[in-house]
Amino acid sequence: MLDLDLTRRDFLKTSGTVLMGTLAITTGVLSVLAPSQTWALELTKLDKATGQTLLQATRHIFPHATLDDAVYALVVKDLDAAAASDDGVAKLLTRGAAELNTGAGGDWLAADSDKQFAVIEKMAGNDFFEKIKGTAVVSLYNNEMAWAHFGYEGDAWKEGGYLTRGFNDLNWLPDPPADASPAAFSAKS
Amino acid sequence: MAKYDLDDDGVVVIVGSGAGGGTLANELCQKGIQVVLLEAGGHESNDSFVNNEWGSFGQISWLDSRSSSGSWRVGKDFNGLPAWICKTVGGSTTHWAGASLRIQDHEFRVKTEYGDIEGANLLDWPITLKDLEPYYDKAEDKMGVTRTNGIPGLPGNNNFKVMHAGATKLGYKNCHIGRMAINSKPRDGRAHCLQLGFCFQGCKSGAKWSTLVAEIPKAEATGKLDLRPKSHVLKIEQDKTGKVSGVIYADSDGNQHMQKARAVCVAGNSIESPRLLLNSENNQSPNGLANSSGQVGKNYMRHMTGSVYAAFEKPVHMWRGTTMAGIITDESGNDTKRGFVGGYEMETLALGLPFMAAFLDPGAWGHDFTRKMDEYSHMAGMWLVGEDMPQESNAVSLHAENKDQHGMPTPNVHFDDHPNDIAMREHAYKQGSAVYDAAGAKENYLVPPYPSTHNLGTCRMSANAKDGVCNAHGQTHDISNLFISDGSQFTTGAAENPTLTIVTLAIRQADYIAKQMSEKAI
Repeated sequence: MLDLDLTRRDFLKTSGTVLMGTLAITTGVLSVLAPSQTWALELTKLDKATGQTLLQATRHIFPHATLDDAVYALVVKDLDAAAASDDGVAKLLTRGAAELNTGAGGDWLAADSDKQFAVIEKMAGNDFFEKIKGTAVVSLYNNEMAWAHFGYEGDAWKEGGYLTRGFNDLNWLPDPPADASPAAFSAKS
Repeated sequence: MAKYDLDDDGVVVIVGSGAGGGTLANELCQKGIQVVLLEAGGHESNDSFVNNEWGSFGQISWLDSRSSSGSWRVGKDFNGLPAWICKTVGGSTTHWAGASLRIQDHEFRVKTEYGDIEGANLLDWPITLKDLEPYYDKAEDKMGVTRTNGIPGLPGNNNFKVMHAGATKLGYKNCHIGRMAINSKPRDGRAHCLQLGFCFQGCKSGAKWSTLVAEIPKAEATGKLDLRPKSHVLKIEQDKTGKVSGVIYADSDGNQHMQKARAVCVAGNSIESPRLLLNSENNQSPNGLANSSGQVGKNYMRHMTGSVYAAFEKPVHMWRGTTMAGIITDESGNDTKRGFVGGYEMETLALGLPFMAAFLDPGAWGHDFTRKMDEYSHMAGMWLVGEDMPQESNAVSLHAENKDQHGMPTPNVHFDDHPNDIAMREHAYKQGSAVYDAAGAKENYLVPPYPSTHNLGTCRMSANAKDGVCNAHGQTHDISNLFISDGSQFTTGAAENPTLTIVTLAIRQADYIAKQMSEKAI
């Protein structure tokens, strides 16, 4: 189902290295895909506060109002993995998070959304911002929960393609004539 | 499969197994000629291909170090990835969409037709459409191109319905499902199209023609082909008589081997082919092989490209079905009243969500970007592809310092848009938007060029040896047993997707090589 490690880890609730959340919309498509309504991401390198800051920073850089935090957490997961394999990245992210706090006068996460945005907007183009953006533009949109959210259907092969599943089901425009677009091949015909 | 000795100097060595090299290999093998086909990439299959954009990108793309320079936007957005082409058995035919259009008559003689264009290094091809027609016939039959040879067209998908509705309303006369090398019904031992929507990712059903699924298996069946994947050619050797005598290549462990050859055919795509010739410099050829004209690597073309995506009130689901599934050809002629020479094609194109995020507006962020992404399921899309101007300064060259994993200098791709390219792109954006406006679009998104898939012209054919690298048969002017067998041969780019013409030239070249061999000319 999910190819990324989001599992319930209640027993780690008190740990300083676990990001947790509950799916905001429990009846939507994500609740079908997600293994549980609670998600958790155990960080391997970054601390919890940095992880939360990166998640919120990603929400400002690629803001989709109704896209669940569980999807944004996948960006944090990839940033944490990059930090774990490269000390330079770890320092970049830790310092960047500290810089956000400084810009907000102490606690960036506690500031209101407009204030948060004003601070992060000033960092646009710097290495910290670009690292999050460059990671997120791939990670945020390259997972099954995001595909479900945006309506993209992903792997078509496992479903046998769209030949009998709506490749030409658009019905709000006139159908092209047969000389422009002939009927599909059918083994029966 | 055949296995030839490294010392066997009777074999024809082909470098690269894509549209040019893979086709040439099969054609030569069918004539009984012994072929060693060296492919830098690994051997994937329909089974190993994946319906996943980034997964496939990592599996089949050419990701070795490259750099780019110049004022083109690709150089800014994707500096280390100037081209989106493949390193795998089958080359970029594993990735191509399948659009198979013949170059138009006038596009073979653009210097005559267009006259002198400032900054453009225009030249007429040394061949005409008439010369190629019998070979186009063979290529279309070989590839099973729909709407030729009595093969029915593919059915249009949702993305095409939007294009067709808009084109019709706008008054365009030539909008149809196109000519595609994708089986609309089972043919040539391969299945029909399942409308997977992953044409760029290798086509798991095998309906799309590629050298991987069509030419190479047929060549292997002759017993004449020695295919060596993961064999990256670093240098072509030249003997005292001036002929080429073999190639040095690195295997998957990085060990280097020298394969002797009776003739060498270079088909590494228009970045790797000139890179190889330039890296093969020696005392006799101090500027690189076959480069007495100084034109090796020059006149790099990549087509004028751009995309228009449009958001609609109702869902489109453009990703369902063939990636390129329809065309408008009304703008493909040379009508200078539009403010530029040459023409362009408008072809449907769809990206999955992951690649839409990467390509919609590279580098963008914030609400304006995410607002557009939120429209994804309601988007239709088209690619604009037209003739770009050859410029001598647009060039593939060897990087002065950077080396790849084998110690070979990496290629740098320099490109500046010609004013004609820019004028054409502006016109194409306007017309593409008009098509979608006519179909009721809420908003159009003008998307900049992707890394180049149509790389052309860096070893161009010319009537006169001083103007280009090879003759009308792809035989280099300087060295009789050295051939250019890919899109590098193109004298000019024309508006059409190039694969059909690359295959056509390879079929024609095979006849020529066989004749030269039987006459002992090479």
